[in-house]
Amino acid sequence: MSAARQRPFRRLSYSAVALIGAGALVTGCTSNTPESSGEGGGGDTNAASSNDEAGDTVTIGFSAPAADHGWMAGITEAARAAAEEYEDVELTVAEGTNDVGTQISQVETFINQGVDAIVLLPFDGAALTPVALQAMEAGIPVINVDREFNSPFAARATILGDNYGMGVSAGTYVCEQVGDNPNAVVAEIAGIDSLPLTQDRSQGFADALDECGLTVANRVAADFTVEGGEEAAANLLQAAPQIDALWNHDDDQGVGVLAAIENAGRDEFVMVGGAGSANAMRAIEAGDSVLQATVIYPHTQAADGIRLARLVAQDKSLSDLVSAEVPRQIVLNAPVVTADNVDQFIDRAFES
Amino acid sequence: MSGSTTATTGGVDSASPTGTGAASDGRGKGPGFMAGPVGRNLGLVVALAILCIVGVVTAGDRFADVDNVLTILRLAAVIGVVSVGMTFVIIGGGIDLSVGALAALASVWATTLATQQIAEDVHWIVMVFTALVVGGVAGLVNGLVIAYGKLAAFIATLAMLAAARGLAEIIANRRTQIVQDRDFLAFFSGDVLGVPTLVIIFALVAIAGWVLLNRTTFGRRTFAVGGNAEAARLAGIRVQRHTVKLYVLSGITCGIAAVMIMARTTTGSSTHGTLWELDAIAAVVIGGTLLIGGRGTIVGTVLGVLIFTTLGNVFTLNNLSSSAQAVARGVIIVAAVMLQQRLVTGGFSFRRPGAGTSSGGPAATGSPAGAVTGGTGADGGPGGARPGEGTDRPPT
Repeated sequence: MSAARQRPFRRLSYSAVALIGAGALVTGCTSNTPESSGEGGGGDTNAASSNDEAGDTVTIGFSAPAADHGWMAGITEAARAAAEEYEDVELTVAEGTNDVGTQISQVETFINQGVDAIVLLPFDGAALTPVALQAMEAGIPVINVDREFNSPFAARATILGDNYGMGVSAGTYVCEQVGDNPNAVVAEIAGIDSLPLTQDRSQGFADALDECGLTVANRVAADFTVEGGEEAAANLLQAAPQIDALWNHDDDQGVGVLAAIENAGRDEFVMVGGAGSANAMRAIEAGDSVLQATVIYPHTQAADGIRLARLVAQDKSLSDLVSAEVPRQIVLNAPVVTADNVDQFIDRAFES
Repeated sequence: MSGSTTATTGGVDSASPTGTGAASDGRGKGPGFMAGPVGRNLGLVVALAILCIVGVVTAGDRFADVDNVLTILRLAAVIGVVSVGMTFVIIGGGIDLSVGALAALASVWATTLATQQIAEDVHWIVMVFTALVVGGVAGLVNGLVIAYGKLAAFIATLAMLAAARGLAEIIANRRTQIVQDRDFLAFFSGDVLGVPTLVIIFALVAIAGWVLLNRTTFGRRTFAVGGNAEAARLAGIRVQRHTVKLYVLSGITCGIAAVMIMARTTTGSSTHGTLWELDAIAAVVIGGTLLIGGRGTIVGTVLGVLIFTTLGNVFTLNNLSSSAQAVARGVIIVAAVMLQQRLVTGGFSFRRPGAGTSSGGPAATGSPAGAVTGGTGADGGPGGARPGEGTDRPPT
């Protein structure tokens, strides 16, 4: 009896100690306000017509995967920023999720709410196709971002990054840098190998290298995390004692790749990044590392999706085009950022 | 997997020399020294040697290069430290699924702007201290919930896995936090007489773990608690308090690993340590530690970690895909465990009298260890709540 009475008390005192300790640490160390926040979907509006004038208020539902990666976090931030530019846009952002079932229910909720348009970056394009069709049938235009549905009827407009084009841009740049040496050793650090986007990127890279007679000598796959990038790069650098050019698919994992390169004391090659994070661009601007260039995979495509959704809902057209109505599909370019043009891109880059 | 053997050794009332006798009867023919921990580790050494031979044959000088060996050791170091902590928890009859998440949380907490600011004003040791405290406190929470909250270890640490990574994401705002302190990076990514600091830390942790497990009362109690929590309680061991200590130990190794991963990647991030729990458990299990507790060695765990890291290295040197590597990992796990079962002549033998003073393991613990062989009593203490307990119970 007394033991039973004592135990909860002791348990309580243990947890009290734990709580106090945790509390001290929380107040001590968690404050984490970034010093600058100079990113977003585009502060300067480039007006070409009356499109930017306020029209009927439109409600837009936005759903994207969980922001567990710098690029994906940038996607949602840019989308919010794009919505804030317009006083006639009311944006409802669903909590990012990597669970297909949850994302389907989010879209169903948007349909039930009767939003005017839905901007959807599906975790899995095929899995979200039926619910997107449902929305279209309910008369709600769906703007599909980044990962394509497998039915043309599921989206009013589709806006895509160009994964194959990223590989082509990176490969073309590598050809420019080391193409005159037919024996140049080219290495590649991919992202998650099972994803179609990784395969597209690698295919584009291989095709572009083929143009100047080069092939990928060493290829490893990481997992889009800093830690995975470091481990893959550390092993790769041992596998290839001499490298002329290296393409790393993703700037988030690139932080780890650069750490491994610095650790191994290697600097004989040119490195190209991918995605276009602010970290990578700062390194390119500083010019003191092997990272000489990065290929953009626009994180602003969901922001573009918001703008398109507004135009579609207000029955406007894309004013820079002569034809009426918003186009069905837009594929964004994958430009190469080097020290020469980094100042055009760095302000809009996402923080990884 | 140990059901048959534990069934023959009976329940609490077998807490006598007959317990060990029954075990050796069940084993059948007389085992050589291969049955001891030395034999089990020999199997791992052979496996590692085969991997190295494959590496030398297929990749030649690039594999046998000193730099390459140091790269393997450096990559093994971080997960190795975590695995040492995991070994203690598993021998003690528990499991810690939260190691990767705790490392992520510790790395993030130690690299916030505020912590880095303090580190800049005082010394980078502040960051190390923060990581260790965060790991230790989270481990303490794990331990308290398991020992006094009477939650199954699997559930409690699964909850911690989710919560700690979520907290890390909140603190880091899902950003990658760059370590600014040059002295911190210089110290931890440097080397002493050519040996990387990370490898030295791993060696120190492994040696400390070996001494703690094989040469102290704490170690003997760990075996006792994991072998049979009820018998351990009857023998006067404060099982709950000991369980808490085990999880704190695991949490601290996660803090150490967080510091090491911060040095390796120059960042703190909530994505650090993804799936470490599975890597660590795999290394511990192929190292010969029994998943339901009561038996295991640090040496085996270290060899297990080295086998997996070398495997990844050999595959990359040969430009093979990570998918093929994943298949090989699976095959190795099954092959290693089956090989160990063969080496101990057809079945698991928990205790063997007079196994000698070989490289640690329960055989060296003498008669008190015999007392903990067997099933868990019906009115079991906190250990009764752990997974796998059902197989531990005698059939009667």
